[in-house]
Amino acid sequence: MNTARRVMQVEQTLEWQIATVAAIKRETPTVKSLTLALPARRRNRAGQHYDIRLTAEDGYQAQRSYSIASAPEQAESIELTVERLADGEVSTYLHDVLVVGDQLEVRGPIGGYFVWEAQMGGPLFLVGGGSGVVPLMAMLRHRAAVGAHIPARLLYSARSPQEVIYGAELEALQAARTGLDVVYTFTRTRPQDWTGYARRIDRQMLEEVLTPFGLAARSFICGPTLLVESVADSMVQLGVAADRIRTERFGPTGGAG
Amino acid sequence: MIGEGQADVSRTLVLDGNAVGGLLQDIFEADMTASPTMCAHCGREGHIGNLLAFTHAPGVVLRCPGCEQVVLRIVVTPDATYLDARGAVFLRLKR
Ligand SMILES: Cc1cc2nc3c(=O)[nH]c(=O)nc-3n(C[C@H](O)[C@H](O)[C@H](O)COP(=O)(O)OP(=O)(O)OC[C@H]3O[C@@H](n4cnc5c(N)ncnc54)[C@H](O)[C@@H]3O)c2cc1C
Ligand SMILES: [Zn+2]
Repeated sequence: MNTARRVMQVEQTLEWQIATVAAIKRETPTVKSLTLALPARRRNRAGQHYDIRLTAEDGYQAQRSYSIASAPEQAESIELTVERLADGEVSTYLHDVLVVGDQLEVRGPIGGYFVWEAQMGGPLFLVGGGSGVVPLMAMLRHRAAVGAHIPARLLYSARSPQEVIYGAELEALQAARTGLDVVYTFTRTRPQDWTGYARRIDRQMLEEVLTPFGLAARSFICGPTLLVESVADSMVQLGVAADRIRTERFGPTGGAG
Repeated sequence: MIGEGQADVSRTLVLDGNAVGGLLQDIFEADMTASPTMCAHCGREGHIGNLLAFTHAPGVVLRCPGCEQVVLRIVVTPDATYLDARGAVFLRLKR
């Protein structure tokens, strides 16, 4: 085996490593972002995730996946954004117990399927439910970091305006006029003067938001499993080619409605 | 093993093949999620990342998004990993 080949293999072997929590930021009442410093930070692609593994004193282990929220261009550290589920095993630990300076066992970056890079082109149509916006934010942060003006539209379903993650940053990205717009739908509580969508994402909403934008867009859908499946089905019914749609099911994770 | 009927009951727990990218990378030492495969039951071609992943079964079961039959099943025991790939016509490993 020649050296180049060996180097490549080393890069592809995923090893568990010990990250250190460098910062914790509250995003919403139920969501926090964790900045992790990694001894071996490998370049990641927008949309990939890390696995986190917790080990109890008796050896019991619990493992979960968390999408990378930060842009690949962010050096040294990665940021993960975690929603706290009231009955969740791992997310409650990450929210209630973990403090800056703590260590955490992680491996990644993982995945080559739910990934977008500016060189893949667009237009880019993103649909996020609740914390499903996390890997989509990595795509938008990457798009901004490389100065791309690829048309992009994010349809974001949240229970209420208070539960929107990255709200201020999304506003700033839109205001920069680089061809991004964000459409919100609030499934439970909306502002009094709200004239936008206030229901779960359905086929009619997708027709209004996606059809004028272009059915040929590269589409990424992420969030609770049932939301992802219903959005993907509706898009296929609207005439989007199945191979233009990539999905990331988060499981029963709430947050979208 | 998941029986055919139980697949619906646990619908909210279904993930994408992408979610088990770490486990697959452990086994194959390469990212497999962007790798193509073909369902032996219905002939559908697609990426492993696009298969349906059932991670709450004993082991991990990956099913075809077209016909929902089992494509891959992976069981990790303390001293070995078992991979049942009867449902896949092929797996592709990039050289
Ligand atoms: C690829 C990927 C990326 C992800 N990225 C993120 C991210 O960026 N941010 C984020 O917040 N989350 C993300 N998730 C979800 C995350 O991995 C966890 O699933 C989530 O944090 C919940 O874990 P938990 O241990 O807190 O809850 P769990 O203890 O796993 O419970 C979660 C919920 O599921 C229910 N539940 C669990 N098991 C069963 C069962 N057998 N039957 C019925 N109900 C059950 C529980 O009651 C609870 O409501 C991602 C998931 C995947 C697959
Ligand atoms: Zn099939």
